[in-house]
Amino acid sequence: MSFQDLKQKYVRYHNKRLQNKQQFTRSINRSKGGDIGIFVMLAIVAVIMVLPLVYAISQSLKPLDELFVFPPRFFVMNPTIKNFRDLFNLMNKSWVPFSRYIFNTVFISVAGTFGNVILASYAAYALAKIKFPGRQFLFSIVVYSLMFNSTVTGITNFLTMSILGWVDSYLAVIVPAWCTTFGLYLMKQFMETSVNDSVLESARLEGAGENLIFWKIAMPMVKPAWITLIIFVFKDLWNMGASMFIYSEQLKTFNYAIGQLVTAGIALSGVSAASTVIMMIVPITVFVITQSNVITTMSASGMKD
Amino acid sequence: MAKEKAVIRTDMTHAQWTINEMKKNKVGYFMVAPFFILFFIFTVLPVLLSFVLSFTTFNLLEFPDFVFMDNYIRLFLDDDIFITAILNTFKFAAITGPGSYLLSMLFAWFINELRPKIRAVATLMFYAPSISGQVYLIWTIFFSADQYGFVNAWGMKLGLLNEPVLWFQNEDYIFPLIIAVALWTSLGTSFLTFIAGFQVVDKALYEAGAVDGVKNRWQELWYITLPTMRPQMMLGAILAITGSFGFGGVITALVGFPSPNYCAHTIMHHLEDYGGQRFEMGYASAIATILFFMMIGANMLVTKMLRKVGT
Repeated sequence: MSFQDLKQKYVRYHNKRLQNKQQFTRSINRSKGGDIGIFVMLAIVAVIMVLPLVYAISQSLKPLDELFVFPPRFFVMNPTIKNFRDLFNLMNKSWVPFSRYIFNTVFISVAGTFGNVILASYAAYALAKIKFPGRQFLFSIVVYSLMFNSTVTGITNFLTMSILGWVDSYLAVIVPAWCTTFGLYLMKQFMETSVNDSVLESARLEGAGENLIFWKIAMPMVKPAWITLIIFVFKDLWNMGASMFIYSEQLKTFNYAIGQLVTAGIALSGVSAASTVIMMIVPITVFVITQSNVITTMSASGMKD
Repeated sequence: MAKEKAVIRTDMTHAQWTINEMKKNKVGYFMVAPFFILFFIFTVLPVLLSFVLSFTTFNLLEFPDFVFMDNYIRLFLDDDIFITAILNTFKFAAITGPGSYLLSMLFAWFINELRPKIRAVATLMFYAPSISGQVYLIWTIFFSADQYGFVNAWGMKLGLLNEPVLWFQNEDYIFPLIIAVALWTSLGTSFLTFIAGFQVVDKALYEAGAVDGVKNRWQELWYITLPTMRPQMMLGAILAITGSFGFGGVITALVGFPSPNYCAHTIMHHLEDYGGQRFEMGYASAIATILFFMMIGANMLVTKMLRKVGT
């Protein structure tokens, strides 16, 4: 083999290595040290974030003697579901049965979410796709409404509720949930970017009414958005505690009942941890299932000026 | 919002054209009506009404008397607790608002560097505290006042504490603890907005940037990513600010109401006190009106500042 051949072989080898290296470098402008640093920092903070949740779960599984160990352990040694059983027993003995609080929470969450998704999507479709005068004005009010929360409207809503005779009824918490604006905002932004005008136009030429177009064309196209609306509205209602519009014990939510338990002190700390675990499992599960849809929707959510 | 370009027409006046358009698109009004009628009843009307009521004495029993600025004068000159509340609210919002915004932004950016599968897990880990309902109450067990509280017990065991500390009753600890809990639950919707925002930045921009001399990830973030995701940054800011004014419920759940010596008393609590318990509706409306303008003002200011990013 001549020197020339050898050199050619080396150059070929070297080029191939370079090529491979370029293929394997993950991305441009990334240093290895930076990658590791970011990963370590993320890992540490992620652990801090979930630690209280893990503590809640661990606490809920502790038998009584472990709850009173000094110094307390972070992790449970002999896990038991006794706390969950106690929770059910305790709540069944209370004046308002446990099942009633759960029913209230589920009923309010489902009815509120359902109404909001339908009404907000309907309005969002009109705002995004029907060119009626005044739609920009309506939308700008919606944007302003994102800038304050319901504390501001609480007092006067109490008056409204008394006039309507809704104080101390499910209506007082469900109907206001139907017109929360964040869902409408998300839906409108998403419809604008992902529902194609030409499809709607051709449907209109075929003689389809807006109502039909909304149900048969627009809604199937924005599935990620209404899934996102469902989780956002649902988690707020699910996590709702005491409402100032409700006095009757039998109309109060599960979350409110838990709040009463937790303040009862250490003797019940296992039971109250069990109840917070029950409360957190539902929204977390819903989010795990819907995560990719939520991220897709949020990518269209930006506020253009 | 982009204004549509005005069409100059000679065959009809602007009013006629508008009426024509309204007739042609009347189905639009029917579709927005159900939502917006409720929205006006439960959001717009209350804001306007509380503005009007704030100039009256109204106690739900007698007909309201018009007293002009009396409520506001009383609030600012005669109500020391309100001044405490306003300072606390500002202090709280000034820490948790920017804090949660920057944390959301930073960790969304870090998470975006991960591979998709790990990214989904990391997103869940950071987002979970904000959707887990009253799970923040676990902090009251963790920082429980007796020696069975985790922090007290280990502090005593290791000789750091001599006796159990009443964490949520001691004025020195309440504020930092609440801030910690608030920040812990604050990686919410704005965090998801940023996660999504980072994902939609066009990858070709990064390659173009690298050719043009962007050298590391910080420059990439500053010169390419942030300017492209300005819409997400705006929404995130609004959500973070509104959220930072709305932690009153968390405070009540953690330290009770009223808080020791009013050290964690916010405008929300003051409002609850006068509106929900003393039924001085006129006075409460004045508080609500002030809170409304504080929130809108903070939002307008910040969105105005953010509009300047990258211009």
